[in-house]
Amino acid sequence: MIPPEIYSSTIPFYAVMVSLVAMPLILLSSRHAVLREFWTLAASVVKFSLVCLLLPGALAGRVAGFTFWEISPGISLALKADAFGVFFALIASGLWILTSVYSIGYVRGLKERKQTRYFACFAVCLSATIGVAFAANLLTFVFFYEILTIATYPLVIHKETKIAVSAGRKYLVYTLTAGVLLIAATAWTYRLAGTLDFRPGGLFGDASFSPGAITALFLLFLAGVGVKAAVMPLHSWLPAAMAAPTPVSALLHAVAVVKSGVFGVVRVVGFVFGPALMHRFGLNIFLATVAGVTILLASLLAYRQDNLKHRLAYSTVGHLSYIVLGAALLSPASLVGGLLHIANHATMKITMFFCAGAIYVRHHKEKISDLDGIGRVMPWTMGAFTLAAIGLAGIPPINGFISKWQLGLGSLQAGELLPLAVLVLSGLLNAGYFAPVIFRAFLKPPAVPHERGEASYAMIVPLLVTALLSLLLGLDPDLFFHFHRLAVGVSGSILGGIGQ
Amino acid sequence: MPLNSPALVPLLLLAAAIVIPVLAIRKTTVAYPAMMVASFGAVVISAYNVLRVWRNGPLAYHFGGWFPPVGIEYVLDPLSAFVALVVNVIAFFVLWHSGGIQEREIPGKSVPYHALTLLFLCGANGIIATGDLFNLYVFLEIFSLAAYGLIGIGEKKAAVASFRYLIMGVVGGSFYLLGIGFLYIVTGSLNMADVRNILPHVQGNPAVVTGLSLIVIGMGIKMAVFPLHGWLPDAYTHAPSTSSALIAPIGTKIAAYVLIRILFFVFGVESVSRSLPITDVIAWLSAIGILYGSVMAMAQDEMKRMLAYSSVAQIGYIGLGIGLANPLGYIGAVLHILNHAFMKGALFLVAANLRRNTGRSDISGLDASLRKKLPWSMAAFTVAALSMIGLPPTAGFFSKWYLALGAIDRGNWVFLAVILVSSLLNAVYFFRILERAYLLPPPGKKTGEDPHAEAGKGRGSRVGEEEYTLMIPVVVVSFSLLLIGLWNANIVREVIQRILPLGM
Repeated sequence: MIPPEIYSSTIPFYAVMVSLVAMPLILLSSRHAVLREFWTLAASVVKFSLVCLLLPGALAGRVAGFTFWEISPGISLALKADAFGVFFALIASGLWILTSVYSIGYVRGLKERKQTRYFACFAVCLSATIGVAFAANLLTFVFFYEILTIATYPLVIHKETKIAVSAGRKYLVYTLTAGVLLIAATAWTYRLAGTLDFRPGGLFGDASFSPGAITALFLLFLAGVGVKAAVMPLHSWLPAAMAAPTPVSALLHAVAVVKSGVFGVVRVVGFVFGPALMHRFGLNIFLATVAGVTILLASLLAYRQDNLKHRLAYSTVGHLSYIVLGAALLSPASLVGGLLHIANHATMKITMFFCAGAIYVRHHKEKISDLDGIGRVMPWTMGAFTLAAIGLAGIPPINGFISKWQLGLGSLQAGELLPLAVLVLSGLLNAGYFAPVIFRAFLKPPAVPHERGEASYAMIVPLLVTALLSLLLGLDPDLFFHFHRLAVGVSGSILGGIGQ
Repeated sequence: MPLNSPALVPLLLLAAAIVIPVLAIRKTTVAYPAMMVASFGAVVISAYNVLRVWRNGPLAYHFGGWFPPVGIEYVLDPLSAFVALVVNVIAFFVLWHSGGIQEREIPGKSVPYHALTLLFLCGANGIIATGDLFNLYVFLEIFSLAAYGLIGIGEKKAAVASFRYLIMGVVGGSFYLLGIGFLYIVTGSLNMADVRNILPHVQGNPAVVTGLSLIVIGMGIKMAVFPLHGWLPDAYTHAPSTSSALIAPIGTKIAAYVLIRILFFVFGVESVSRSLPITDVIAWLSAIGILYGSVMAMAQDEMKRMLAYSSVAQIGYIGLGIGLANPLGYIGAVLHILNHAFMKGALFLVAANLRRNTGRSDISGLDASLRKKLPWSMAAFTVAALSMIGLPPTAGFFSKWYLALGAIDRGNWVFLAVILVSSLLNAVYFFRILERAYLLPPPGKKTGEDPHAEAGKGRGSRVGEEEYTLMIPVVVVSFSLLLIGLWNANIVREVIQRILPLGM
């Protein structure tokens, strides 16, 4: 394996810091809505551009590294923009631009209070997410992961209602517990391996362990990152967190926070333990079982939700485990499929949350049973929703199909048929729980005619862009951002191939 | 600066403690600025000492030119120079803050308060710098007597709490004195370095073991290690806010420092555990104390009392680090002396600000009007609380990090679990407050149900902007937790790791 070329660069640092710098600016302009929104948009555009600058290097196997300083003797706070990190950072920062535009439409449409806190916390969350993406070692990862936990809390309780406060508590109980377990796992790893630097194929090297210790360590890690990845039975904070404003659910609870969790799962599987250890101790089978069960149960639970956002949340729980499953199968195509699903699920699910938010802002409807005929007054919104739903069910030509296809191939490569069956079944279940929404929206006549039409442009344009992106990425997964090439590179590096 | 700088801080503070009441006879208003000058001087000198020790290695000063083991020696090594700096810095901020609060809390008693404060600090600095076991006892008594006074100066119940502390404190001091008596009988010396050299020759002597045990028990009481913590909650609760803000960060840490000094630098890790499992006992008691303190803290309604029980738990962290008796545990313990001093300092100062502004500091009386009234104090409280919970990048995270590494090194999973569980318990009792202070609508805004609605109306109009004297020290202390956290590796590498104890 050719070691990736690492060059020193400040771009990853700026990419992380840009929104952290924007936070005080947002706080200072608390009295000027336009200025505050300008800072948010400016930060998101700059952040995305910086991440884009890192893309060519990542594709060529050149890794930009940046080291802050030592934060514990022998361990530095360090960033490394490898292909996987750039992959995730691109998605998170790109969708932040759209979410910012959408947020502006949302908070203005609803005349939300405390918008300053809202935008400020959003900016911190994005800094933390990019930090998670670029973390070069486990301690840096934990560092940003915990900041993300705390920065999300004010957004979950944003409405300050009783429901929101109790959702916030639930969120904290789950994520803080996960945090301490992750810290324990990190400390233990450091004692075992003597290093915390992520390395494709695993950081333990030739160290020898007892099976009990390695299994316990893996379980600690899984609990640590599994909460944000909403792996069952650690998922129940996610539906509760839907009490947050919809743009928060859209970006954080479909992309940034939960994907940080699955990103962590892939980092742990591919860059801490590595395929060899996973196979040797049967950890991959355990992980795949958990993921498979989660996929099916979450899809079944989604049926029972009448609240649109809750149904989307359970759908998210299921789809996150697609990615976990891809990591667990550890075959070339399954890893590619899992990684692509990070991007593909992001564009599709954010579209759907945007749609749910648009409906809520314009019509104040949250329940699916109230959506009869909404498609007739909001054709664009519900059109985008339909397109995303088709994609999540895994039907071509939407991008959901591509990732599912790769995952299916991957399970065959791994010589397993059961995961394939789970994927097919889950596709049917997906189609099953989204169909009633679409059916009601377009075909059922409304009991009372809807008085208003589409939401504002600030909300419609982002959701159309994400829907279009889902379609285009389904036609050509290498379009614009070379997600496919990046995913192949990451998969190759984990499995010991060439490239980074 | 001359070679006498190790002795300079205690002497400066002692002189100031005597001069200030005399100056204040004619004009009481000079007392506060004079105290601040003395305290600032202590900060400057101890910072200079840290720098000197860092550059040139340990400093020693011999009183009256008498050389040890006959004379009294003052020694500043990286550990003592560092702890002295921590104590003087946190004291400086608390005293600064006291300027805005003492006239209200202890009207008419501010001059004795200043004198006692300086005596307290003089004792603390003496304990830290001295290289003589008996001299340490003398300063320990100065320190403790001043602390009894500082606590007793408060509300009515304070006298009782202070008396209880006095009884316990005297017992602790006597244990210590008895302990060094035993040591003196065997070794014939009171100089720490000298005793250290003699001890290997008298290994296993029952008198040495007894002496060591007595010292550990005595310091355990002063440090409030579970189950010897009984005096602490009452003392911290009923003391004036400004006294508890001073004693909580410094008082118990001094005892922890003495324990570290004697266990690791006079006896050494190996000889400590040779005949009795002393470090194990300390570690297990501390672990129980961590859980006990955290659970009790959750049950309290008065914020100062909650913080007091939280102190019992946090002392447990230091005790656990000592008891682990390995380098990482030691790093965790010493770093936590710094971290906890800043965290508890900030939290008690915020509690003081609450009392100052709303007249009370019970948790059930908190509501979201605070975030309007005391935005900076609440921000400081939030940062300190996150540090207590141990979230990065605050300092508290790193104490836990080193202690967790130490526990794993030791192969003790129970200790690891205790450290992590206490993190979550901390989260419970701090988020309980944060939730109220940021999210609970003030009683005026909704109808009835809140029992404190009456009181709420009264305080709404009284306070506007936060006073700078009350606000700046709190904010500085609290936000420096972020800096300590981010740059903790420098402290660990340049200060704590410079002298690892014997046998580590």
